[in-house]
Amino acid sequence: MTDNNDTNASGASGGPDDRVIGTPSSAEGETIVSGADEPRREHAGPYPAEETHKHSEEEQRRAEKTAAVWFLIAFLAGIGFFVAYFAWGPNAEGEQAIADPQIAQYSNMALGGTLALALFGIGAGMTVWARRIMPHYEVSSPYDELPSSPEEKGSFSEFFMKSADESGFTKRPLLRRTLLLSMVPLGLAPIVLLRDTGPLPGDKLKKTLWEDGTRMVVEGTNQLIKASDLAEDGSMVTAFPEYPHNEEHPHGLSLNDQAKTVIMLIKIPEGDFKPGMSEQQMNWTHDGIIAYSKICTHVGCPAALYERGSHRILCPCHQSTFDATDGAKVVFGPAHRPLPQLPIGVDDEGYLIAKGDFSSAVGPTFWDAEKGD
Amino acid sequence: MSTDSQAPKALRGVGNFIDDRFHLAKTGEKNLRKVFPNHWSFMLGEIALYSFIILLVTGVFLTLWFKPSMQEIVYDGPYERLNGVLMSEAYASTLHIDFGVRGGFLVRQIHHWAALIFVASLVVHMLRVFFTGAFRKPREINWLIGVGIFTLAMIEGLFGYSLPDDLPSGMGVRILQGVMLALPLVGTYVSMFLFGGEFPGEDIISRLYMLHILLIPGILLALIAAHFMILWHQKHTQYPGTGRTNKKVVGTPMFPGFAVKAGGFFFFVFAVTVGLSAFVQINPIHLFGPFTPTSITSGLQPDWYMGFMEGSLRIFPNWLDFQIFGYAVPIGVLVPGLVVPGLIFGGLGAWPFIERWITGDHRAHNVADRPRNAPVRTGVGVAGIVFYGLLWLAGSNDILSHTFSISLYWTTYFFRVAVIVGPIIGFIVAKRICLGLQRRDRETLEHGYESGTIQQLPSGEFIEVHKESSADTVHVLESKEEVDRIDAETISSIEAATDANGVEAPAARGLKGRLRAKLAHWYTKDNVSFEGVEAHTGHHLHHGAAEEKEPAQTH
Repeated sequence: MTDNNDTNASGASGGPDDRVIGTPSSAEGETIVSGADEPRREHAGPYPAEETHKHSEEEQRRAEKTAAVWFLIAFLAGIGFFVAYFAWGPNAEGEQAIADPQIAQYSNMALGGTLALALFGIGAGMTVWARRIMPHYEVSSPYDELPSSPEEKGSFSEFFMKSADESGFTKRPLLRRTLLLSMVPLGLAPIVLLRDTGPLPGDKLKKTLWEDGTRMVVEGTNQLIKASDLAEDGSMVTAFPEYPHNEEHPHGLSLNDQAKTVIMLIKIPEGDFKPGMSEQQMNWTHDGIIAYSKICTHVGCPAALYERGSHRILCPCHQSTFDATDGAKVVFGPAHRPLPQLPIGVDDEGYLIAKGDFSSAVGPTFWDAEKGD
Repeated sequence: MSTDSQAPKALRGVGNFIDDRFHLAKTGEKNLRKVFPNHWSFMLGEIALYSFIILLVTGVFLTLWFKPSMQEIVYDGPYERLNGVLMSEAYASTLHIDFGVRGGFLVRQIHHWAALIFVASLVVHMLRVFFTGAFRKPREINWLIGVGIFTLAMIEGLFGYSLPDDLPSGMGVRILQGVMLALPLVGTYVSMFLFGGEFPGEDIISRLYMLHILLIPGILLALIAAHFMILWHQKHTQYPGTGRTNKKVVGTPMFPGFAVKAGGFFFFVFAVTVGLSAFVQINPIHLFGPFTPTSITSGLQPDWYMGFMEGSLRIFPNWLDFQIFGYAVPIGVLVPGLVVPGLIFGGLGAWPFIERWITGDHRAHNVADRPRNAPVRTGVGVAGIVFYGLLWLAGSNDILSHTFSISLYWTTYFFRVAVIVGPIIGFIVAKRICLGLQRRDRETLEHGYESGTIQQLPSGEFIEVHKESSADTVHVLESKEEVDRIDAETISSIEAATDANGVEAPAARGLKGRLRAKLAHWYTKDNVSFEGVEAHTGHHLHHGAAEEKEPAQTH
């Protein structure tokens, strides 16, 4: 292809007046590029190129005015930006402060609108400048020949090897090997130093705060839950273990523990449990109330959507669907493990309690999640 | 435009001061004269560069107030609706940027919009480079750097999205942690070390902050600098046209033409980003509320560039999950979380080398291919776009299901099939279109273009007058390189020429050789040959030209 073009170019330009048929003359504003073998027309600029689109003085003057108008608009918009900045204060003492979401919105629009206009004005002015004042021409320059000449390569390689030999690195293996050996521990150091970024997993991911006798509270209100609170069929409550709010734990349950202990208590109507439920799983329910971990076993979003009619639990992130009447088995979607079930019962006072920890590891499935259950 | 105007004295002073110390006059002139070929598609990479600059500037501003701390506090600040709510300091400080700092809301919006535009322009820029074969020798290394920038940009974006610690951003981190946990053997360790314990812990925001504002931008900056130095050194590719050859680049000089145009374009990109930030609000974290691991809303969507990951996590079934000695291997998380992005990024990175291996083309290319002239590559690219696009759509299947009242499960079934069938159809269709376009090119080259003028010949026959294409068009049409059909026999025959004994050629022997021969055949079997086609020699043209009494010109 390269050759083709070259032949065409040289073949077509026998003399200055010999235009390639079909190409417009340079006066028509089309770009013609000078090649080594093409005639060059005079160009006032510093380039050996054909100037193909020089604008008339009058046109340049008009363009100058247009560009100037844009720059003035940009200037005024820039001033407007400062006005907008000082128009609405940051604190709530004044009446019009950006703390008010509505005012924040106005402020955002005013600041952004003026800034955008200022930037646009500069861009537009520069474009007018480039397109209608500056002459339009194209120039050419050769691509570099990429591989070096054999002489250069040879010289380089000779010098390199000579110097390498001179250094003794190639000839003295003891030096070379011990140097490399000395690097190994240092290379590993950054990895070792990361050891204290976190604790070893151990069985942390498999244990939660739930234990026999832990009472449960409603998420948000922290009210203790009685079995009678879930009397209505199909009712669902999100719950945590009861946890003290005191000086040591001013905010109650930590987010880490919330992420592991959160459960859904669901009241399943009598007879709706599937026969596939094992006896143990049924024993872990109380009066039709069953407790599952709310954290999806896929990648850990809260499986928060419970559909009363079908008793299905759906995770809104990736749509894993679990059947609440069948031990939270996966009926659709990417999750594999059922939601862990929490054994529950009631204590003497009628409050719902856990009767142990979850049936399996909570949350996203990990390497040893199902080991040793 | 006179050449005899002298530089102002002050400028000369500065110039001389610098030159006295660096001897830069010659280098400086050479670089000011640097040639930039003109084409709209060369501005895509510029958009990426400019968005990156905007990201750096706005990011620095945001760090003045943002507190990367997961310390839990009870909010008492300017945004009254959340007063009394428990939240992390990171979230509270983001609220402060939005409602306590003038222009803070705007800058945060600009930062987020610029990030979306940055990744988008990277993608489109890469597609341009891919489809025009601009990644070919000698530019493979710059292509790899580009793939690196793209990958890091995505991670950088994900981490930035996570910092405000609002509900969707925390959920993004949760999903990231879920994918990490799925790693066989090391998953729990990686997660524990990254989070400083269990999820969410108290370290992740400050660690992501360090990665987001220091480490990754630092690497990105270095890669972008390398990208530009290589581009500067090797010069741009260019599209075919008069005078544009593999040996000579044609375009606007750096100074003054390109500098002013590019400067203007920077302001346009900035203006559009700011305009969007002013009037199209995204990521209103004050409406989402702080992160808690137990709450979620439906219809949650990540930033667009993470959509394909979300989609692949959604549609990949759990059928392949298995256990080995009781240890879980959740393929349903590993494949979407690691294999799919690995395929996309790995495939992008490997393609120049795969293509070179298949075609055996070891020449340097400076003139870009027209996509139609590389039908298999274009087909593969389209297949990739379809694959990515379907995964991306699958990432909003709940929204699609809701908007179009389709069963959610059926959208999933559809996407499961479509991500496999779609790319195949996309490949075939794109390749056929390319071949059709090649045929039309050959037709145009030989017969000129249809002028739209109908003439009646003395014989009563009606013809449409074809006119000669311009020289530039002819150059473009003739830019199609002749493709030799490569098959096992071709490879053998090349080798056999030197092998008098007729032994099967070494290049075609062995498993690898056979595979290569098969792929080469697949790559080159369909080709519209332009061999022997001379411009404007077809009979249509002579008809028309003769009638118009124009001399038929050939060259």
